[in-house]
Amino acid sequence: MKSGIDRREFLKLAGVGGVVFASGLSGFAHAAEKKTVPEDFFFVQMSDTHWGFKDEKANADWSGTLKKAVASVNGLETPPDFIMFTGDLSHTTEDPKERRKRLGEFRGIIGDLKAKTVRFMPGEHDASLDNGDAFKELFGATHYTFDHKGVHFIVLDNVSDPSASIGESQLQWLGDDLKTRDKDAMIVVLTHRPLFDLYPQWDWATRDGAKAVDLLMPYRHVTVFYGHIHQEHHQMTGHIPHHAAKGLMFPLPAPGSAPKRAPVPWDPAQPYKGLGFREVGTRIEKTEYRITEYPVTRG
Amino acid sequence: MKNPKSDSRILAAAIVLCLVGSIAVVALAAQADQVIKITAKRFEYSPNEIRLKKGVPAVLEFTSLDRLHGFSCPDFGIRTDIVPGKVNIVRFIPDKAGTFAFHCDIFCGDGHEDMAGKFIVED
Repeated sequence: MKSGIDRREFLKLAGVGGVVFASGLSGFAHAAEKKTVPEDFFFVQMSDTHWGFKDEKANADWSGTLKKAVASVNGLETPPDFIMFTGDLSHTTEDPKERRKRLGEFRGIIGDLKAKTVRFMPGEHDASLDNGDAFKELFGATHYTFDHKGVHFIVLDNVSDPSASIGESQLQWLGDDLKTRDKDAMIVVLTHRPLFDLYPQWDWATRDGAKAVDLLMPYRHVTVFYGHIHQEHHQMTGHIPHHAAKGLMFPLPAPGSAPKRAPVPWDPAQPYKGLGFREVGTRIEKTEYRITEYPVTRG
Repeated sequence: MKNPKSDSRILAAAIVLCLVGSIAVVALAAQADQVIKITAKRFEYSPNEIRLKKGVPAVLEFTSLDRLHGFSCPDFGIRTDIVPGKVNIVRFIPDKAGTFAFHCDIFCGDGHEDMAGKFIVED
């Protein structure tokens, strides 16, 4: 097993194959001095796999892309501590049986992932037509928390309500959870839609997302990772960074750059362009997160 | 000394003027409103391209032909649920010229992302 130092070196070197984005966590070093510094780790974010989408104009390899991504994650030099899927596991269907079939097929494919722990949340394609019923049957809760090596993770559901709302009940739950946290705690929020108004004209927003951001604002080291927009995107709300991930079925245009939010056509000259997954590593001593973007296939 | 007949004539004339004035104001207001009837169904609005005059109050009357939809135009800060079985009304004043997109903001199925339209507001 690699040591913590080796793992950090790995994270640094991994930047060669993709984009590295450093997110400052100023102030955490002071807090860390007083305590035992937790071991660094990394996790993988995979998003918007849209299993059941079959338009070859947008993805000529719709049946193989997810399998290739699974192989690429399995090929990482060091296995991640866990993998997080940030929603739209399946492409929507109005047929409840077909929805369960698609979610089941997705689960079968990602069952080949070697990581010990794989976590899920729904996207609107999985959950908005049945308020998350099928998702819950196959994957469990749509919002929850977990802790890993000193980091508190909060999974927020902003899709089971078809109006793209978190809802008062879940906001109350979020507030109650945060009340038990130190203001210097490292907190990662995982969600599907952007919590801020990225581009409301394309429905790239959460109707009551500002309420969640307000609840998070007093905490000094919060970072949000989300999906939904099928492209890498980084934005700050105050001191809170929000990082959108690429999808694994089709890319979407940059916000407002096209008349419609339609899939970017497949380019045979550059297959899988705009698709991929990311690795997120903690560097607690350096008060940083490292984000490394990977393509679907790693040749 | 005042003439009571003259006073009552003046009063009657004033009442008539007020009535005429009120009717004229109501008529002008009715004329000024731009009333647009819009139907919503999976996954389209009809019409989906709507021309409006800048500064003239608009009344949007939405009816759903199938299920719950939404309407949102962030540029004007307006939205409504479009509930089947009733007319859902949005009033606003298009106070800027240009083209402004609107869309369904309640996920309604495969094709939801295509359910959109635009206002063309002219000076």
